[in-house]
Amino acid sequence: MFDDVRDLYSAEIRQHGRTPRHAGRPAAFDGTARGDNPMCGDRVQVWVRREGGHLAEIGFEARGCEVTTASADMMCEAVAGRTPAEAASLAASVATLARTGRCEACDPALDRLRPLSAVHEYPSRVRCVTLPWDALLAALHGDQETTRE
Amino acid sequence: MNMISDVSFPGGFDVARVRADFPILGQTVRGKPLVFLDSAASAQKPRPVIEAMVQAMETQYANVHRGLHWMSERTTDAYEGTRDAVARLLNAPSREEVVFTRNTTEAINLVAHSYGRGIMKPGQAVVISAMEHHANIVPWQMLRDSHGIELRVAPITEAGELDLAGLEALLADGRVGLVAMTHMSNVLGSYVPAERVAALAHAHGALVLFDGSQAVVHRRVDVQAIGADFYTFTAHKLYGPTGIGVLWARRELLEAMPPFMGGGDMIGSVSYERSTWAEVPHKFEAGTPAILEAIGLEAAIRYVEAIGYDAIGAHEAALTDHALARLGAIPGLRVLGTAQDRGGVFSFTLAGAHAHDVATLLDRQGIAVRAGNHCAEPLMRRLGVDSTARASCGIYTTLDEIDTLADTLDRVREFFA
Repeated sequence: MFDDVRDLYSAEIRQHGRTPRHAGRPAAFDGTARGDNPMCGDRVQVWVRREGGHLAEIGFEARGCEVTTASADMMCEAVAGRTPAEAASLAASVATLARTGRCEACDPALDRLRPLSAVHEYPSRVRCVTLPWDALLAALHGDQETTRE
Repeated sequence: MNMISDVSFPGGFDVARVRADFPILGQTVRGKPLVFLDSAASAQKPRPVIEAMVQAMETQYANVHRGLHWMSERTTDAYEGTRDAVARLLNAPSREEVVFTRNTTEAINLVAHSYGRGIMKPGQAVVISAMEHHANIVPWQMLRDSHGIELRVAPITEAGELDLAGLEALLADGRVGLVAMTHMSNVLGSYVPAERVAALAHAHGALVLFDGSQAVVHRRVDVQAIGADFYTFTAHKLYGPTGIGVLWARRELLEAMPPFMGGGDMIGSVSYERSTWAEVPHKFEAGTPAILEAIGLEAAIRYVEAIGYDAIGAHEAALTDHALARLGAIPGLRVLGTAQDRGGVFSFTLAGAHAHDVATLLDRQGIAVRAGNHCAEPLMRRLGVDSTARASCGIYTTLDEIDTLADTLDRVREFFA
């Protein structure tokens, strides 16, 4: 019955959403922020630990839908070991990918994030994908929280 | 699939005939028939409402009240005719007690401003319930923060009913100036026993306001029988257009309250030194009103009255019983709120599936429900949930649609298992 949603609820999204590998607060961290989507009640807390100018450790806690959890988990995988600037650039690309389904001239690291692009066919769910990335940017920026619908 | 016929509801309610009045119900969504179960957010519009507004625009429209020409006189009659219709709908003692606003939210803000700031004193308190929509929380918070009025919250029971003993305890010190409460919860579907609440409030020297946004759709409302001091509702949930709502209030209150918004139409005379106010209710209707919307609201009221609340109630009771039975049989599905006296609004959680994910899958099958906090974040916290899905019935909802919802939810459960 739900074959038509398997673009969004793909094997990758489902796996990251149901069995995330990066859930949980790291023992040590130097940046954290919370992202809230007041429209649906989704909430994501992101923790980061920087070392030598790179993201050494990153974890999250998500209270929300499967898509948000998957996006957060895939995000942690994608930005681990990268510089904050690279992470910010990835975040911008993910936002474009989520809104439009496309991202020309994008970082090859985007390839592993491509399952998230399916959300562009579900406009009211785009925020589910971008919320963890906004929280990451806020954490890197030193902000405590970000709230947007 | 359940084969209960939809044609013969108690009281002779012919849902097929009603559905034929709503053009939008013929739409398909993603190739599937529309199953619209989001009327609590906003209801669909019957042809008489659509035609009344179009006909006004095509044949009989001008600004109201001040015009001396034929079009203005006719339009004024139509606009003021809506005031009569609302007074009749609510069994208000006088048409001059009906104030048109933009919606319920604006109506409550009007009371918070004109009664709260204009008449209440710092040190007094307002009591709301633990199951309010943000429209009946935020204006009172703003009043608290700007005017020193205390905000108290009357508890609800696990079943989602108002805890009357808890309310009484909050009234005991005599400092409460106003009890402001939903008449029917937009999340739990539970009714508040309005007459008892009004009596309790009055016994302790407080006035009472009811938010009837949901109640007026599902049940006959009699503001005199309730003993209300203020009553609010919004047209777009009652099969009327957006952009118009109602505050009913006792005349002596409206006369004592200072105006809310200032401008044209609410004045008697204007000079730079001072202006005088118009008589109630016009004192509270600044600027050109929602003329076309009022005409639409009058048509909606006539439509509902022609069917009658008895028939509407019987139809909804049958839908509610069926929905609770079907939803209750789905493993892992929990309907929030088990009040004795409840209507056709069902918020639920499904184990292993977030409300957002549930709503998206339902949407793909043409089923429209709502997911989120339903503008009731404190209530969500009280219930211990982050977000729920909500299905709600309207005058056009069928038993088959309830079955479609339940059958699809079963498949959703399997998908996320």
